[in-house]
Amino acid sequence: MMLLLQYTLIFTSVLMLVALGGCFSEHSGVINIGLEGIMVFGALGGALVMRYLPTGTAPAVIFCVTAIAAMLAGILYSLLLAVAAINFKADQTLVGTAMNLLGVSAATVIVKAINTAADSSNVSSEIMYVEAKKAFVIVPGTEFSWFMVLAVILLIASYIILYKTKFGLRLMACGEHPQAADSVGINVYRMRYAGVLISGLLGGLGGLVYITAGVSAWKFENGVAGFGFLALAVMIFGAWKPQQIALAALLFGLFRSLSNVYTGFAFLKNLNLPSTVYNMLPYIISLVVLAIFSKNSAAPKAEGIPYDKGMR
Amino acid sequence: MQSAKNRSSLLRNPGLQTLLASLICVALGLLVGYIALLIINPAGATEAILDVIKNFWAYSKPEKQLKNFGVTLVTTAPLLMCSLSVLFAYKVGLFNIGAAGQYVAGAGASLYCALALHLPWYLCLIAAMLTGALLGAISGCLKAYRNVNEVISCIMLNWISLYLVNTLLTKVKNPTGKDTYTVASQSAGSMLPTLGLNNLFNQKNVTLAIPLAIVMCVFIWILLSKTKLGYELRATGLNKNAAKYCGMRDRYNIILTMAIAGGLAGMGAAMLYLSDFEQWAVTQASVPAMGFNGIAAAFLGGLNPIGAIFSSYFIQHITRGGANVNMNMYCAQISDLISSVIIYMCSFVLFMKQFMNRRLDARQSRKGGHDA
Repeated sequence: MMLLLQYTLIFTSVLMLVALGGCFSEHSGVINIGLEGIMVFGALGGALVMRYLPTGTAPAVIFCVTAIAAMLAGILYSLLLAVAAINFKADQTLVGTAMNLLGVSAATVIVKAINTAADSSNVSSEIMYVEAKKAFVIVPGTEFSWFMVLAVILLIASYIILYKTKFGLRLMACGEHPQAADSVGINVYRMRYAGVLISGLLGGLGGLVYITAGVSAWKFENGVAGFGFLALAVMIFGAWKPQQIALAALLFGLFRSLSNVYTGFAFLKNLNLPSTVYNMLPYIISLVVLAIFSKNSAAPKAEGIPYDKGMR
Repeated sequence: MQSAKNRSSLLRNPGLQTLLASLICVALGLLVGYIALLIINPAGATEAILDVIKNFWAYSKPEKQLKNFGVTLVTTAPLLMCSLSVLFAYKVGLFNIGAAGQYVAGAGASLYCALALHLPWYLCLIAAMLTGALLGAISGCLKAYRNVNEVISCIMLNWISLYLVNTLLTKVKNPTGKDTYTVASQSAGSMLPTLGLNNLFNQKNVTLAIPLAIVMCVFIWILLSKTKLGYELRATGLNKNAAKYCGMRDRYNIILTMAIAGGLAGMGAAMLYLSDFEQWAVTQASVPAMGFNGIAAAFLGGLNPIGAIFSSYFIQHITRGGANVNMNMYCAQISDLISSVIIYMCSFVLFMKQFMNRRLDARQSRKGGHDA
């Protein structure tokens, strides 16, 4: 039971962070399919910092530096989407797909190059961070980490920023009707940049949390195993609203962790379902929910459409 | 003067513009790959990038060249099918990111029919096609009747089909490992016929798949550009409301398009797995990249079925070439890096074309001023 709680909370934090990232991007009017790639890069940034930090660094310093590195890596990577989608009016789905492929291949090339340079017989794409990871844990021996606290803080911050500040309301205006927003003097391009870069920040952090969830080494060849896509599902299930995204993330996190630990529950084990069923369930649920509620979708109206000042 | 005019009108040709844009994408992709190699280790970078570009030409013996050319072709066929799937849907205004899942479904159906039911190859191929088509049709129905964005539903279905296929194929798994049995060992009749191509290339996996993929290409080209159905589909893609106003069945067209696209991707999977080139690993935790690479091939080929033949071959050519680099310094994923940079650059194609046209316009108006 304890194990289930731990995994649920850690997966929930990941999904919530990344889905909130997607939420910011889409509210500004840019579809972010590339969350998966952003997560990989955030994870890479964090993992590299953990690898190179000298042993004996204070836990608080490790935590801050690693988290900031992951966020910066995510932001840098999301610039690829921002430049293509906002300045060059590229097809956002295509850019996102490219970013997912690029994220995994570039991370693999980078990590393998580092590993091979250190030891020419080492051709794996794995980074180990056994010691550094301990800095994140609140209660030693469990998976309860400071990232969960950070995720909750960022959730509240996201809610306040989106609904209670001038910036957030302007951001959302750009996703609903950019021409109208422009006509009252809002710089649509700048707002969209802000939305995409915030999604890079949150997505990158989410990637770092994911690779420290229950493991202390990560093989970058595997990417983040579809968590970016799952986060997209969470975002849609949560109707693009932070408070509902949190609940959706909790539900999806629960199912995701059930697939890891369901054998610990007698009644679930007796059902004799393969673990794939638990893996599949979140996707099936969100598909059904989409089918029911998409007629009047809560999606930002102008998402996916490049903004052209000339078109009024 | 006359020749300059001809040259500028030639540059305005959309086909040529597409070709130019694609070549720019390829050049930039290779350049980024080369820079990455230089950063990793400057000593062997030039040799490594040449290895990637040369692929089978890097071997000195003709037999080995032919064999590796054959291997490249074996992997080109499924990629070509996936890219056809993507471009077909894109012509109708749908982004079929689900080619990856439809490919997975096709792999599951064809392998199950071959290994568990021992059906002949053509039935396995049809089963793969139908399963892929079914998956595509689900996305199509959701789009047509429930207004669910096809990109989102396709992404969900990608993962659902991956987990379903993993469960299904566990039944025909080789107990000694995580892979399924080879088709040849369980049901020789389910292997795609080789038509003697295997002897020609001295590579047993070269089969009917390669000519069949090219035939499908021509078929899709004819369907899209020479038939009434193709015209209707393209019209629906260009302007759904106008097409509806003209009496075309927009919902039916959307579902049909996704079904055809799904069928193409599913068939592509059968082409690879029924040739025993690789087995399905039932523990795989991520959707195979073939479908996503199909997106790259489709856009690199300028969304043209014939262009897709060249772009698919090119992508597999450099992927295969990546295996040749010196493993003490570099890794094979450098090719994946190059192809993903290429697909990223492909998203700028529209901008490049606009840029070219604007430059031509500017030049023309300058000239016009002189004449007057």
